[in-house]
Amino acid sequence: MSAAAGHGASVRIEACGKTFADGTRALEPATLDIARGETLVLLGPSGCGKTTMLRIIAGLELPDPGGRVWFDGRDMTSVPIERRNVGMVFQSYALFPNMSVADNIGYGLKIRGLSSQERAARVAELVALTNIGGLEHRRIEQLSGGQRQRVALARAVAIRPGILLLDEPLTALDAALRDRLRGELNRLLRALGITTIYVTHDQAEAMELGDRIVVMQKGAIAQVGTPREIYFAPGNRFVAEFIGAANIIEAPLQHGHLVLPGGRQPVGGDASLAAAVAMIRPEAIRVVAAADAALSGTVDSVSFIGDRQRLVVSAASDKFLNVDAPNTIEVRAGERIGLSIAPDAVRLLPPAN
Amino acid sequence: MRYRLIFTGQLLFTLMVAAFLVVPAMLSISAGVTVNYFRGISSGVTLQWVFQVWDLYAGTILLSFVIAAATLAVTLVVGVPSAYALHVRGGRLSRVVEEIITLPLAIPGLAIALGLLFTYQGFGGFRRSWLFILSGHVIFTMPFMVRSVMAVFGSVDIKTLDEGAASLGASPWRRFRDVIVPNAAPGILAGSLMVVTLSLGEFNLTWMLHTPLTKTLPIGLADSYASMRLEVASAYTLVFFVMIIPLLIAMQMFADREQRR
Repeated sequence: MSAAAGHGASVRIEACGKTFADGTRALEPATLDIARGETLVLLGPSGCGKTTMLRIIAGLELPDPGGRVWFDGRDMTSVPIERRNVGMVFQSYALFPNMSVADNIGYGLKIRGLSSQERAARVAELVALTNIGGLEHRRIEQLSGGQRQRVALARAVAIRPGILLLDEPLTALDAALRDRLRGELNRLLRALGITTIYVTHDQAEAMELGDRIVVMQKGAIAQVGTPREIYFAPGNRFVAEFIGAANIIEAPLQHGHLVLPGGRQPVGGDASLAAAVAMIRPEAIRVVAAADAALSGTVDSVSFIGDRQRLVVSAASDKFLNVDAPNTIEVRAGERIGLSIAPDAVRLLPPAN
Repeated sequence: MRYRLIFTGQLLFTLMVAAFLVVPAMLSISAGVTVNYFRGISSGVTLQWVFQVWDLYAGTILLSFVIAAATLAVTLVVGVPSAYALHVRGGRLSRVVEEIITLPLAIPGLAIALGLLFTYQGFGGFRRSWLFILSGHVIFTMPFMVRSVMAVFGSVDIKTLDEGAASLGASPWRRFRDVIVPNAAPGILAGSLMVVTLSLGEFNLTWMLHTPLTKTLPIGLADSYASMRLEVASAYTLVFFVMIIPLLIAMQMFADREQRR
């Protein structure tokens, strides 16, 4: 398997919406371009339309009239999934219980008419790649969750698909295994360099795996951007709150400062508005001495997490502020502390609608 | 002590119920191998009645198995793909179709037979051939096949397996052959046993549909009780038992195995 990036097909969906037979609008018409070799993550809470979008790209759902799906500039809208050359990993893995692990991985190759020697060679390659040596002759019901996940991935990749589609592939696993497999999956996807579309509701997965993330909300695209853009410059309040932890502050603006109960906080960017909804990440707030700080508050509680400590501070803003402080400083509940926040770390959001 | 008393009571009750069911069957079977039933077993034991039944009814017995096999073939070829289509499509229309297929369970066999007779009385050749009985049996047994296959589809998430196979490039026919049928095998087997047993034992419908030249096992049995001496009819019962009991046992064993899984 070549490690060069830029494999597979480019994808364009154009005005693809989906209304189900019972009248439910699962997806508002959406347009999206996915570059060759890119890993794009569709992220959002359940029911946001991310799986529907994936299924439209896969060919398992037809978009509403007017929607179009293009692979490498070819209109694939009415091509059924079996002729789209996509590899798909399902949330439940959809492994065939009537076949062994090796037969599962080789099934797509058998359909493509490869000889049994060619098949065996390719299956061996993927068994090595996904690290499931020794399981080839097992039955599916004898595998653990993590092993099933690897077999499903091997089976999807075996056919050298133009596009790899993954629908919440780690959701069925327990937390520790999920973290480990996430790292493995990331290395594997980078090595394959194939165009990948990955659906998840887990923002940590999205951050680690995605070249770009599409945040979705109630059937519509809320924001598209790199993990950094999404994290540091969320386009609206939903994105800010969905990705990572966020303090959302509503306050009047005066001469480029947020006017808060605990003091004045300078903001960067367009400060000509009279009032603002601002987002500040907990780790962007530094704890300083109360005496010489422009903004101060009272520590309400301290939770020691290990790599850091989470302070809840009252009286600085209209609501409690969450502050991530280094695990070395000594702070006690009831203590008065100063807060220092760089103007750039205050992100002004469009007013809530 | 009290526990033992309850247990003994339950055991006695069970044995009595079993005896109530089994004794008539034993009596009937024993009559089939007695030289003269009215003189009792002391008149001697013989297989002559059984041979006589075979001489008289071999054609009927054979036809019964032909019809059962044909019923099975039709319910397999039509029923399994229908169950697949109904499951994958879902929605209201599928529910309505499923209800219609299931309807013969609720309608008396007599009414189905009358419906068939009214509809096809003009088609003399069809009316007189065993295919007429076959069509009745297919209508009667189809819900059992469709239902038991659909039950398996419901338990193994066949829709996702189907999508999985499709994503790997398999055409609908390949998917059906490689993934759907093998994973529905328990339901298909259970349905098949049921269909064969029901077809062999069906009386109501067949009684209405048969002609003197197209008779099945149970019709022959009624015929023999009506027109032969009791020993012959009883020997017929014995033959019927021998034919149908292995199927019932197979069905039972199969159900047990499914439950253990």
